Amino acid sequence: MDALDLARWQFGVTTVYHFLFVPLTIGLGIFVAGLQTAWHRTGNEQYLKLTKFFGKLFLINFAMGVVTGIVQEFQFGMNWSEYSTFVGDVFGAPLAMEALLAFFMESTFLGLWIFGWDRLPKRVHLATIWAAAIGSNLSAYFILAANAWMKHPVGYEVVDGRARMTDLWAVLTNSTALAQVPHVIAGSFVVAGGFVLAVSGYWLLRTRAGMWRSAARAALLVTALAGAVVAITGDHSARLMYEQQPMKLASAEGLEHDTQGAAFSVVPGIEIPNLLSLLSDHDADATVQGTEDLQRRFEAEFGPGDYRPDQNVVFWSFRVMIVFGMTTVGLSVLGLWLTRRRRPFPAWLSRALLLALPLPLVAVIAGWLLSEIGRQPWTVTGELLTAASVSPGVSLAEVAISLTIFTLLYGALAVTEVVLLARHVRKGVEEQAPAPAAETREPSLMY
Amino acid sequence: MIEFWFVIIAFLWTGYFVLEGFDFGVGMLTPLVSRNAAEQRAGLQTIGPVWDGNEVWLITAVGAMFAAFPAWYAGMFSSFYLPVTLILVGLIVRGVGLEWRGKVDNPFWCDLGIVVGSALPAFLWGAVFAGLLFDGPVAALLGGAFTLAVCVLHGAVFLALRTTGPVRRRARTAAVIAGGVTIPVAVAALSGLGTIPALAAMAALAAGTALIWRRREGWAFAATAGAIVLATLAVFMELRMRPLPGLTLAEAASGPYTLTMLSWIGLITLPFVLGYQGWTYWVFRKRVMTGRPVQVAGQVAGAPPR
Ligand code: HDD
Ligand code: HEM
Ligand code: HEM
Repeated sequence: MDALDLARWQFGVTTVYHFLFVPLTIGLGIFVAGLQTAWHRTGNEQYLKLTKFFGKLFLINFAMGVVTGIVQEFQFGMNWSEYSTFVGDVFGAPLAMEALLAFFMESTFLGLWIFGWDRLPKRVHLATIWAAAIGSNLSAYFILAANAWMKHPVGYEVVDGRARMTDLWAVLTNSTALAQVPHVIAGSFVVAGGFVLAVSGYWLLRTRAGMWRSAARAALLVTALAGAVVAITGDHSARLMYEQQPMKLASAEGLEHDTQGAAFSVVPGIEIPNLLSLLSDHDADATVQGTEDLQRRFEAEFGPGDYRPDQNVVFWSFRVMIVFGMTTVGLSVLGLWLTRRRRPFPAWLSRALLLALPLPLVAVIAGWLLSEIGRQPWTVTGELLTAASVSPGVSLAEVAISLTIFTLLYGALAVTEVVLLARHVRKGVEEQAPAPAAETREPSLMY
Repeated sequence: MIEFWFVIIAFLWTGYFVLEGFDFGVGMLTPLVSRNAAEQRAGLQTIGPVWDGNEVWLITAVGAMFAAFPAWYAGMFSSFYLPVTLILVGLIVRGVGLEWRGKVDNPFWCDLGIVVGSALPAFLWGAVFAGLLFDGPVAALLGGAFTLAVCVLHGAVFLALRTTGPVRRRARTAAVIAGGVTIPVAVAALSGLGTIPALAAMAALAAGTALIWRRREGWAFAATAGAIVLATLAVFMELRMRPLPGLTLAEAASGPYTLTMLSWIGLITLPFVLGYQGWTYWVFRKRVMTGRPVQVAGQVAGAPPR
């Protein structure tokens, strides 16, 4: 164990943790905005109740997204100072843009939304939740553009041992980013849709109130549509990976040697002939490179070293992502069909919907493990190794202390968050929204 | 271009200290100046709609440092590793405390988080910046004491400005006391810099204390805000020569292309940001009432222990 290992653990722990809350913020924000819009359009009180109910859950979760995100912003400088110095010129730009263009918008308008129920004209108040929700989605774009650059660096040159940006537009329209952004955002909508499904499923088992049916139907639709986008963009990502990150693809498939007409291995031992080549290049006879051959080529290009990421993690995370994520999507397609035209929700379906909460969350995390561990040993593919990225002046003890503090604190907060969410879900809408008149006079209710 | 970006970053840090300075102060003082749950809630409500937006000034300042002066960003946060860790811990517990306070049955832990999470960063930012400028633990302690005291004073004045009734009265008293403590600390901490803005910052703090004594809350707030601006200016004037030991701005900076691009983005977006943040303060300009007890569903005013 040295400072590098701990720094990697710290990055992994804090970032995965951050991403437990982020997808819900991205998707649920838009969902709440949609509910409030429905209330405006129809004047139907049930939409207002749902807006407040899911709005509260959204806020409980949002707090965690914010506070864990701040850690991310500092972490590059604290643990990865060599990396930061090397990439700041290119990588810092989208990060700064994220803060300026997205975070300000999101946090300011959310403050207005929470406290503005009785102070803003109704339309303006509706606009604030949309502005906040769009801000979250914008922030995802910028951070993902930064992340995509690490996998597939473009628009830069290396001068005096530091990357220098030469083309901001190329960085922002990186082919990898354009594939990754819709994939992650759609994945986030699967997570958020699944969350609403699980909550509504819980209530459908208890009441016959029509509003839960409306919420569940809307979420089924969102999840199914987002699922289609996830599948299409995922396929696109895999083809980019074939061109740009062949080692990751080979590891995800456990393919050791360059193969023409490569088979897709479902699990070790079960293979579908030619499918891998078909997926990678839309050509059943394409040649897919294998890890061992790539390793030889990389050694020739970059010098001795092991250029293979952890094979087990990459292989299995790929499968977990697809199976867990697509199961949820399949469930929502099935649900849409079964409940078409006012058909009621069968009890078994409502019960099954509870699974829609954990499954996609595991899927997105698995997706990140595939993506980030598959990139190892590089932080910036072909340019900078992870081992060369770490802060030279930071001691093992320092990283150990901060890792311990963050892990304990994050653990405690996770428990609290789950308890809070569960309690508010169980309270349901009735208590959430007492007589509106009293509430509008007391904005402190939200506080 | 390098100079220009240095000014932008100084501006962002200044905005952060002025805005979150009073958030921190309010966070620390609210339990002291309120006698029941309704007053406590009212105190926190003065910052409720704005604290998250204020915190984004920090995120932007740090993001801009990363983009414009990568080596400065990397060097600063890796060399103050543990203080920065504790600042983050503070910001975390404070953030969840503020957001979750109204959603738990007993807000004790949230309140504790808000107080501790306001005090830690208020102290440590001063210590970190003092550490950038001077050597030794005494300087760091003094710097920390200075920012902590100024935040308390600034927050007390803000509370007095934004509330009514007994909270306003107590906040005014707290501000006078805080001013009495802050002035000597400021003299000790800022005389090390000795520049004109540093001296002017001391004068502004004295003026702020005098004004709150005379119950001129608006002017007092302008004075304490001015003092923070001047003190930050004094610090950044020093950092311009030497952002980190052994590093110059030119060495730390990104290339001219990146800086030019960032400038355009900043020039286009900052006016909007300032505009809608200003609008938020306008929307919530009314004083928060504390005269009457507030009834809240599921929570009887005055009941939960502090
Ligand atoms: C609900 C979530 C979800 C679902 C159902 C899927 N994914 Fe995914 N996937 C993600 C959530 C995700 C993610 C968490 O959002 C990742 C991690 C990094 C990223 O860019 O997106 C990801 C990464 C990721 C990558 C790595 C990209 C890279 O590192 O360059 C590939 C190749 C795919 N996915 C492909 C697929 C395919 C072919 C899917 C099924 C049809 C699929 N994903 C379903
Ligand atoms: C929020 C979603 C993300 C998750 C869940 C995630 C997950 C991970 C994990 C698990 C690692 C550890 C890999 C290893 O050490 O073997 C890692 C590494 C890394 N990731 Fe990500 N990542 C995410 C997003 C990002 C983004 C957006 C960036 C940059 C903008 C980024 C930058 C890095 C860097 C610099 C490393 C190298 C440090 C290391 O090896 O631990 N990650 N990430
Ligand atoms: C490791 C790199 C990352 C950094 C430096 C980072 C930084 C941050 C920061 C500072 C915040 C708090 C903003 C606030 O106060 O409002 C935040 C929240 C957020 N992040 Fe991350 N983040 C990272 C990874 C990601 C990824 C990969 C995504 C999306 C796919 C993402 C999406 C978001 C969103 C949507 C928010 C707003 C939600 C919220 O504030 O709770 N972040 N992030």
